Amino acid sequence: MFNEEFILGCSAIGAGLAVIAGIGPGVGQGIAAGHAASATGRNPGAKGEITSTMLLGQAVAETTGLYGLLVAMLLLFVKPLVG
Amino acid sequence: MGTGMLLSGDLGFMIEGVFSFYIGDTEIWITTSHICLLIVLLVLTVFALCANRAMKKASDVPGNFQNVVELAVEMLDNMVKSTMGKNATGFRNYIGTIFIFILFSNISGLLGLRPPTADYGVTFPLGILTFTLVTFNKFKHQKVSGVIKGLCEPWPFWAPINMIGDLAVPISLSLRLFANVLSGTIMMALIYGLLNWIALFWPAVLHVYFDMFSGAIQTYVFCMLTMTYISDAIGE
Repeated sequence: MFNEEFILGCSAIGAGLAVIAGIGPGVGQGIAAGHAASATGRNPGAKGEITSTMLLGQAVAETTGLYGLLVAMLLLFVKPLVG
Repeated sequence: MGTGMLLSGDLGFMIEGVFSFYIGDTEIWITTSHICLLIVLLVLTVFALCANRAMKKASDVPGNFQNVVELAVEMLDNMVKSTMGKNATGFRNYIGTIFIFILFSNISGLLGLRPPTADYGVTFPLGILTFTLVTFNKFKHQKVSGVIKGLCEPWPFWAPINMIGDLAVPISLSLRLFANVLSGTIMMALIYGLLNWIALFWPAVLHVYFDMFSGAIQTYVFCMLTMTYISDAIGE
């Protein structure tokens, strides 16, 4: 029905849209970092533990953004829509 | 160079076949992932043999190499002990092994290898290993009745959703590691491939972030989550 170039172009647009998923983890990681900063301010002695907890939480929160990246990669390189 | 190159996947971050052979009728490819994995395993084996020899003739006043090995083992032991508490003894070896393996795999991007963990075929078995350990320990410590009771946690008809939640653990664990390492590899390949005239010294800074910092964090997260899931499965 459609030619291959059209589908590839639409796949590229879809990949760009999929990477917008990065907004969520960005905001979430920022919130985590801000709270970690205020926690360090309140209790400077626990800096190491706060930092490791923050990094763990941020790495878990990052997953949804990475799913967006994976969808973009699949659209661009595996080309599932090209019949 | 242009959109055609981007779309055809000619940049240097794809998995490439090195050679192939036939077993019966199926063609089996040996790819860059296999080669890099073998190199990492070789380095780790040599390191382990050297460490073994150094510890055989360990002295009270440790030399440089003995110091490094003792420091690493102590750090890994402390990490496992602080997360798993009294259950730590049985899992120190496994967690330590998997930590060192994933760390070396992630850092191998520094040496120009394609990190083996940027291949889903490498990270998915790691997730399956975690899943097997979790399920085995669940059945061992909570017995069959406890597992069934855990599945029907709020209400009995919640069981399918709980089951999906259990099955999603290895997939999300392995996808997290895979996608993180892959994104670093793609970024570095894009910088070297598209900016090769001006990519002179400053990509070293990005290597520190994408290969070392991100790799170490993801290794830590993988091991941490594995330990948390296993502790949850063991229960009290």
